Amino acid sequence: MRGFLVALSLLIGFGATAAETPKRGGVLTFLIPADGGPSLDGHKEGTYAVLHAMAPFYSTLVRVNPDNPTSTTDFVCDLCTGMPVPTDNGLTFTFKIRQGVKFHDGTPLDARDVSASWRRIVFPQPGVASARRNNFLMVDKIEDPDATTVIFRLKFPTLSFFPALADPWNFIYSHRILEKDQHYFERNVLGSGPFKFDKYEIGQSVTGVRNPDYYHPGQPYLDGFHAIFAPKQQTRVDAIRADRAAMEFRSMSPSARDQLVKELGDKVTVQESDWNCGNVLTPNHKRKPFDDVRVRKALYLAIDQWRGAEALSKIAIIRTVGGIVYPGSPLAATRDELTKLPGFSPDIEKSRAEARRLLKEAGAEGLSFEMLNRNVDQPYVIVGTWLVDEFRKIGVTVTQKIIPTGPWLEAMRAGDFSVALEANCQNIVNPIADTGRYLPHEHYSDNFAYHDDPKQVEIYNKMVREIDPAKARVLMREYEKQVLEVGAHQQPVTWWYRILPIRSYVKGWKITSSHYLNQDLANIWLDK
Amino acid sequence: MSTTTADPDALDLRPPAWSRAVRFCQRQPLGSFGLVLVVIVAITGIFAELLAPYNPTANDFSSMTEAPSLAHLLGTDQFGRDLMSRIIFGARTALIVGLSSAFVGGLLGLVLGVGSAYFGGTIDLLLQRVFDVVMAFPLIIMALAIVSIFGTGVHNVIIAITIPLIPRCARVVRSAALVIREVPYVDAARACGYGHVRIIMRHMSPNVMAPFLIMVTAFVGQAILAEASLSYLGLGVQEPVPAWGLMLQGGAEEYASTAPWIAIFPGVAIMLSVLGINLFGDALRDTLDPKLRDR
Repeated sequence: MRGFLVALSLLIGFGATAAETPKRGGVLTFLIPADGGPSLDGHKEGTYAVLHAMAPFYSTLVRVNPDNPTSTTDFVCDLCTGMPVPTDNGLTFTFKIRQGVKFHDGTPLDARDVSASWRRIVFPQPGVASARRNNFLMVDKIEDPDATTVIFRLKFPTLSFFPALADPWNFIYSHRILEKDQHYFERNVLGSGPFKFDKYEIGQSVTGVRNPDYYHPGQPYLDGFHAIFAPKQQTRVDAIRADRAAMEFRSMSPSARDQLVKELGDKVTVQESDWNCGNVLTPNHKRKPFDDVRVRKALYLAIDQWRGAEALSKIAIIRTVGGIVYPGSPLAATRDELTKLPGFSPDIEKSRAEARRLLKEAGAEGLSFEMLNRNVDQPYVIVGTWLVDEFRKIGVTVTQKIIPTGPWLEAMRAGDFSVALEANCQNIVNPIADTGRYLPHEHYSDNFAYHDDPKQVEIYNKMVREIDPAKARVLMREYEKQVLEVGAHQQPVTWWYRILPIRSYVKGWKITSSHYLNQDLANIWLDK
Repeated sequence: MSTTTADPDALDLRPPAWSRAVRFCQRQPLGSFGLVLVVIVAITGIFAELLAPYNPTANDFSSMTEAPSLAHLLGTDQFGRDLMSRIIFGARTALIVGLSSAFVGGLLGLVLGVGSAYFGGTIDLLLQRVFDVVMAFPLIIMALAIVSIFGTGVHNVIIAITIPLIPRCARVVRSAALVIREVPYVDAARACGYGHVRIIMRHMSPNVMAPFLIMVTAFVGQAILAEASLSYLGLGVQEPVPAWGLMLQGGAEEYASTAPWIAIFPGVAIMLSVLGINLFGDALRDTLDPKLRDR
């Protein structure tokens, strides 16, 4: 086992650090662990099933540095020519746009396309869905005074603006098409990214071919790509084993990794990373007895996160114990800070005794309920099964209702559940924006705890306007305490861990803390 | 004047029960073997709490995917749960689903089948066309459709399996009841002014018991297989409920090469129980069917 781990470490290290001259040519075949997305529109959708298929066709204004994608602060221009220095006390950001960039139909791309796309994201017209508009509450105006300039004017300065700007979903669409049809990109593809759209077989595959007019010199290296939708993990393992596909970009389980490494040896490398994604336990505050803070807190106190995360990391794509902030961030709670919060104490017996006391005090001894869960094994079902046994240890009987993604979301949106196991998946680590998902439902539509907490909202509003990182950190602790202890509204239950076995001939791509980042494939090359 | 009462025992010319049991074993060795398997599964399910060495849903992170050993005779799964305990409790889930679906489906099929034959005419025509529609779908497809509507869980799985079993039983029972409808004692009952319910329940139903029992026995096996299939597809009972099909789903693919016991033992449990029920059902048919009895 030790030898295997050493070999794995070497493979990881080799894959991540080797600097070689990229080779041109070849077609990358990769797998998307899903059935396909609801539409093709990146502004509207939030699933990797869309992003992994569509990102190679599109440009963005700024992006995470593809050569340093694990950084949470290293942003570089994609369509802009230089990173702007904010003016007007941090309220104005002026971007100069590259000249000579063309959409794949040959029409030129200029500032009007950038501003029209951004207006669609930040100020969508009625009937147009924008999944991340809440991340841009600070934006007041978007202007394009000339063909090469785009200006963002903010209502208040904030640390969360720039990371949100580099969001990989912010595809730049043609303003000519948007003027005619705001829904065109839900069904059609026309970008200016490294690959031109070739064909899409619904629920089956997407193919793209090299864009010879791409504006980053020398890229892309590939002649094209072929993305195959394959929701079942074993199908994907078999495909990589047989070299029918080179990789996937979400994550495989530890056992799948071990199986491929054992069978393929040096023909496969493994890249691993902490993941800005984690499970969240959400009690419905509108349902009794979960309207009682003592009952909610008792549930959290029953969970042995430290031991559970360590053990389950052997069978599931989870690893790290953390609070509401991604554990790798400077704004995250330290271990000392975390262990003071309910549900994070290393003394689990003491926590469970307290949980039993709280249940008794609340008159909820012998509580039983149904926990809503998503029918995705990694890691939802595994974490859910573990939680059921943790609750049993404080005398609470839980059954799982495991249903497909659509009905699972519908049940949460309709408030038709007692307790739900859901997930919090973000892209660029942007703690202030990311933790907005813990705000009450009326402030963040995808929060399904259905709670009300004016104090929490007040702290958040202060935090989002704070530009001093040290003061923002203090406010984040206050906000976290309000969410996890005072209100006990929801509970983060272990953060996930990305594991990607990749055919060794795939070079140039680096794993990040999000399966949404670094997906335009421009820097990938094949050493065949 | 004295009265005498006939001693009913004196009129019973059948051999004693033990003698009939021995004769059954001699004539039907495979059926007897099947019966032994069925009894073992039944005892295991009924006395699961006494027989299981561990709590079937308790995780034990110090024993994850352990191979069979003295501590865990059939090994453990990925959560460290004792497989033997889960299989023992899984027998209870299989019995609950199998017996409930088979008996409820069988009884409803009996009533509808006999009623359909007795009344005939439009009622018979309508019922048979409804049965035609339901029977046009394979059992598992019909169960999948029903569970998609009602949702997952033990109760819904029982409903999903019961519904497609009803017409299967009704069709067979009806064919037997059609013959009985024409015999003189049914006419006599009608002539005596007995109601439809009394004639169906007291005079016709007892006389279609042989095909009914054979069908119900076969249904138990089919229902166990259907439950395992639904659970394997993620549409049956849900984790952490111990159920054989669900255990196959959890272990069959991901740990097939590294911990094959996770998939093998629940598979063996399903195979043996269904084999036992089918062997016993065949023997029962041979014993109860007068045409086959003396062959």
